[in-house]
Amino acid sequence: MGLDIRLPIGLMFCILGPTILITGLIRGEPLSRNTGAAMTVFGAFMLTMGIRGQRRGTGG
Amino acid sequence: MESLRVSLAAVDWAIVVIYFVFVIGIGFVLRKYMKSSEDFLESGRSLPSWITGLAFLSANLGALEVMGMAGNGYKYGMLTAHFYWVGAIPAMMFVAIFMMPFYYGSHARSVPEYLKLRFDEKTRGLNAISFAVLTVLMSGINMYAMALVFEVMLGWPFHVSVIASAAVVLAYTYLGGLTSSIYNEVLQFFLIVFGFAPLAIVSVHKAGGWHGIQERLAEVPGMTSIWSSVGSASHNPMGIEIAGLVMGLGFVLSFGYWCTDFLVIQRALAAKDLPAAQRTPLIAAVPKALFPFLVIVPGLAAVALGLALPEKNGAPVYDYTLPLLLKQFYPAGMLGLGLAALLASFMSGMAGNVTAFNTVWTYDIYQAYLKKDASDKALLRMGKMATFWGVLISIAAAYLVKNFDSLMDYMQLLFGFFNAPIFATFLLGMFWKRATGHGAFIGLASGITAGVTHHVLKTQGVIHYSSDMAAAFYGAIVSWSTCFLVTILVSLATRPRPEKELVGLVYSLTERPKQTVAWYLRPTTAAAVVVVVVVGLNIYFF
Repeated sequence: MGLDIRLPIGLMFCILGPTILITGLIRGEPLSRNTGAAMTVFGAFMLTMGIRGQRRGTGG
Repeated sequence: MESLRVSLAAVDWAIVVIYFVFVIGIGFVLRKYMKSSEDFLESGRSLPSWITGLAFLSANLGALEVMGMAGNGYKYGMLTAHFYWVGAIPAMMFVAIFMMPFYYGSHARSVPEYLKLRFDEKTRGLNAISFAVLTVLMSGINMYAMALVFEVMLGWPFHVSVIASAAVVLAYTYLGGLTSSIYNEVLQFFLIVFGFAPLAIVSVHKAGGWHGIQERLAEVPGMTSIWSSVGSASHNPMGIEIAGLVMGLGFVLSFGYWCTDFLVIQRALAAKDLPAAQRTPLIAAVPKALFPFLVIVPGLAAVALGLALPEKNGAPVYDYTLPLLLKQFYPAGMLGLGLAALLASFMSGMAGNVTAFNTVWTYDIYQAYLKKDASDKALLRMGKMATFWGVLISIAAAYLVKNFDSLMDYMQLLFGFFNAPIFATFLLGMFWKRATGHGAFIGLASGITAGVTHHVLKTQGVIHYSSDMAAAFYGAIVSWSTCFLVTILVSLATRPRPEKELVGLVYSLTERPKQTVAWYLRPTTAAAVVVVVVVGLNIYFF
């Protein structure tokens, strides 16, 4: 349908993840730090897949 | 309820705003692709199975599911997992392997339309009208539950939550139709997982791990096991026993919902081909099997930790288990993520109901009864209008429930009356070529009547059950059995349709497509793997 859904998901997690990660680092909260890091990795993965899918037109 | 009030930091607000921007942005990007009614209402039947699979699950993750199941985890413990491992997975396997070839292969655009193709117009009409009405009411219940949580947690006025959530859902469903709803459901799925998984981990960790929870709750029977206490209704907190559980929940209610409710079936029908449609419930089954660890176990950990729920009229409000845990364990930043996850669950439930409503209204009511010769342009326009009116009626339903809160129970009850017998209609329709239109219609009407009668007898004290849940399970069995028997009897007394008209609609008259893929890629193999995993979970938590 013209948009690979992994693109917006990846982009959103690439914004939310570092935001939570930095908050965790500043406030010394391990829960925020770990969750933010995991979200950033997931976001980067989805974004990469989304860009590839968008080029090939295979992502929905 | 002051004990649940939280104050948000700037970073929490930023997270919620970013979530809203992406949700509406997806609808905005997709709006230019909405050129026909098929694009808007059926997603052009073009989506890959991993997307429809996650949407199949996510459309079911409404307010009542996520918050309700966490609350049930607090109230009933691991017994609640029956709603997943008995009350969902077997039905999802069945619809994937046996029913999807008929839904997808018949080219029906909706579940009521399949009934029209298999039986007749009146059976479609009964199903379409009841589904359309109940769907927007359920959407209103989602909206009401959401507004209530945000009123309690953030102090937002009720109408601000209702109007804001309705405006966002309306924006992305009106702009991008079913595709936008499905895409957002996938996004919301990941947000729900990342929003609640840390809560599950931290709450279980604080309670001393699984063994710590077991030790703390050793005195309460049935809280940490799922089968060992269901031999008798008096031995478990749910007040249920094995026959009612397996037949009522595991067969009638579960198959009635997962195999016939257009809200979820619509996601599978949006898949690009039949194999993708069959994979849809199978893919959904994997996270579904693991969801108890995300929503039920945290509820159980809350009991083990001795967290006290807020009370209303002297009774604990179990639905506030999840908000209580969020407040207890989430620091700034994480709180914004948790709230965005809650919003995601409410909005995916609402949007799912609205997109199912607009399709049934447009194809099964407007085109079937009001304007039979409607052009595609008229259908697209009507689909968009139905989206708008669907959201408005949902808002009205939310206010109705706010003013008469017992209505919420009645609406759910009403939903049960219609959902339980319909599976008998489909079962006979798909697997018995002798079933007739008159049989289906009279059977369905009798099943609904039997369900209502059972409820009246129960409330008048004529029939007694150990708990309301046991009554709901047995009510469903009565309703389903009545529909099944009456459909058979009336069908035998009426003239069946010629067999050649039923090809592609009935199992015994339809040639099965030859399997061209390797055995390990077939739906049956995937289903077998899921079943083995779920059996393993049942044994571990026996």
